[in-house]
Amino acid sequence: MAGFTKHKDTPHALVAEFTHPDDLLAAARMARSGGYKNLEAYSPFPMHEMSDAIGFKDQRVPWIVFLGGLTGAFCGFGLQYYVNVWDYPMNVGGRPLVSIPSFIPITFEATILFASLGAFVGMLAMNFLPQPYHPIFNTPNFERASQDRFFLAIEASDPQFDREATQKFLEGLNPEAVSYVEG
Amino acid sequence: MATTDPFYEPLIEGDQTFTTIDEKIAGVIRDQKRYHFKHPWYLFFGFGFLLLNVLLLSIAWLLYQGIGIWGNNVPTAWAFDIVNFVWWIGIGHAGTLISAILLLMRQQWRNSINRFAEAMTIFAVMCAGLFPLLHTGRPWVAYWLFPYPNIMGMWPQFRSPLMWDVFAVSTYFTVSLLFWFMGLIPDFATMRDRATNGILQKVLGLLSMGWRGSARHWHRYEQAYLLLAGLSTPLVLSVHTIVSYDFAVSIVPGWNITVFPPYFVAGAVFAGFAMVLLFAIPVRKAYGWKELITMKHIDWMAKIMLATGLIVFYGYILEVFYGWYSGEKVEWALNWWRFNGPYAPAYWCLILFNGIIPQLLWSPKIRRNTTVVWFIAFGISIGMWLERFVIIPMSLMRNYLPSSDRMYYPTVWDFGMFFGTIGLFLFLMMLFIRFMPVINLFEMKDLLYKLQGTKKVVYDDALPATNPAGGE
Repeated sequence: MAGFTKHKDTPHALVAEFTHPDDLLAAARMARSGGYKNLEAYSPFPMHEMSDAIGFKDQRVPWIVFLGGLTGAFCGFGLQYYVNVWDYPMNVGGRPLVSIPSFIPITFEATILFASLGAFVGMLAMNFLPQPYHPIFNTPNFERASQDRFFLAIEASDPQFDREATQKFLEGLNPEAVSYVEG
Repeated sequence: MATTDPFYEPLIEGDQTFTTIDEKIAGVIRDQKRYHFKHPWYLFFGFGFLLLNVLLLSIAWLLYQGIGIWGNNVPTAWAFDIVNFVWWIGIGHAGTLISAILLLMRQQWRNSINRFAEAMTIFAVMCAGLFPLLHTGRPWVAYWLFPYPNIMGMWPQFRSPLMWDVFAVSTYFTVSLLFWFMGLIPDFATMRDRATNGILQKVLGLLSMGWRGSARHWHRYEQAYLLLAGLSTPLVLSVHTIVSYDFAVSIVPGWNITVFPPYFVAGAVFAGFAMVLLFAIPVRKAYGWKELITMKHIDWMAKIMLATGLIVFYGYILEVFYGWYSGEKVEWALNWWRFNGPYAPAYWCLILFNGIIPQLLWSPKIRRNTTVVWFIAFGISIGMWLERFVIIPMSLMRNYLPSSDRMYYPTVWDFGMFFGTIGLFLFLMMLFIRFMPVINLFEMKDLLYKLQGTKKVVYDDALPATNPAGGE
């Protein structure tokens, strides 16, 4: 995204640019087998093997969804129970106060609602979105990362990161360009 | 060393690259002059706007005068308002079916129609929501429908299907909106990065929330997206099931049938696919997307329409069978009233549009003729509206007590509201087509990547993991 000013001149990463998704995938695997740990890949669409290639695992979002669903089920049923038993007990045609079958639809809908909100909010929160600024946007040509180019970043925080050696390593992977990004 | 999977192959036609996909889809938004001034966009938009004003006028008069301006009266307390509500909700269901169920079943062909169908869902649910809201007579206190502690010390009746409906429809709307917006985030990022106009760039920047397409983002995004699809699937089935409970739980003749839930869900998908085709056929032509929404898509959507149409037709047969088999005099009388009462033409048109004409879709030749498919879909839309008319007011006109039988006649305001919501829908769809990516950009690229097969990456010389910093 053009037009961002640099916040400070701290190194962020060395970034290699590729034209084909499989080049990125191969490069990510090479980098990982080369011992680099703080890797990040950028692509215009999800690539299912990429998480493995950069060695990334995270199951928190599904757990948030599950907990959301549980909360929803509890709230949905609890609300109806509270209203019908405690707050406003009313005998309608001799039906039991806790009429479980007729409480199911609302319990179900509340489960879905809370679980879905969990998926949406959980995804954004775990990804730290919204986040208007990120140093990676300083990479030349990065506007194409959402269109038709594929980027591999070896971050400066990597214990093995070395300005020259890492650059040389990335250049060996046949990229279009390698750039040093600060921000 | 490209390998192609024949199953995917025809889903994107022509010689496409990631760039041409962006150009074809996002170009429509960026190049407003080229795509919208010459095309009949303004005609449809203007027509939608005109009908939208009819809606606003009808609502204004309704609020001023009360619902007495409609033809509803005891015993027919539910008429056009509920017919339209059920019709619109049903239309919305195809969107969720395409985006969620087909995603779970790994049906890659959904990628070029899901965005569009999801937008349809949201707009259709908006149209649907208006009717029960206004039918309450006092829409300004509609929040009474929701359970909240209040000074009246009252709570809604949780044992009522109408209350279930409130929860089902509001959950459905919320989840559809989340699903739709989540799908749009990466596409907004693509559009942000392509934008040349500063203001547009900032607006899209806000909407995309700083999406940068990193593998970690995509990882969590895919998890959340798949789970949302998994949650939407039972949700969409529950919504129309609960809508059908509004009728099936009662003892009104013609309503108290256990076949209602599956029959209503199938009817919803049937009507929804008809509406998707009604829009998709002209839109793919107008914007040159024949390579993205291919004949194969049209063909498959027509097949789904045929299949759900048969389930619906089975429902019609079962309604008659039930009327006879129940041994209830009133139930059987109701069937005769449908066959040759004053509204019999509505019943026979329903059988014609939903039962007989769709059988043409058995022929592959017809499924691939867009004009014929369009007209069949149009017929189905009318047929599905008639179905709800046959079920709702036509059952209420006849009762257990012949003394309370009374004819129902819609008024001009009933039609005003109905055509008005069609205007609202058209208006919103036209705005959507003009300003949003109508086809999912990132999923099309994903599909294209799968189509092209994998590229074998070979490095010139076996590259050592040179790192003088001394890592392993």
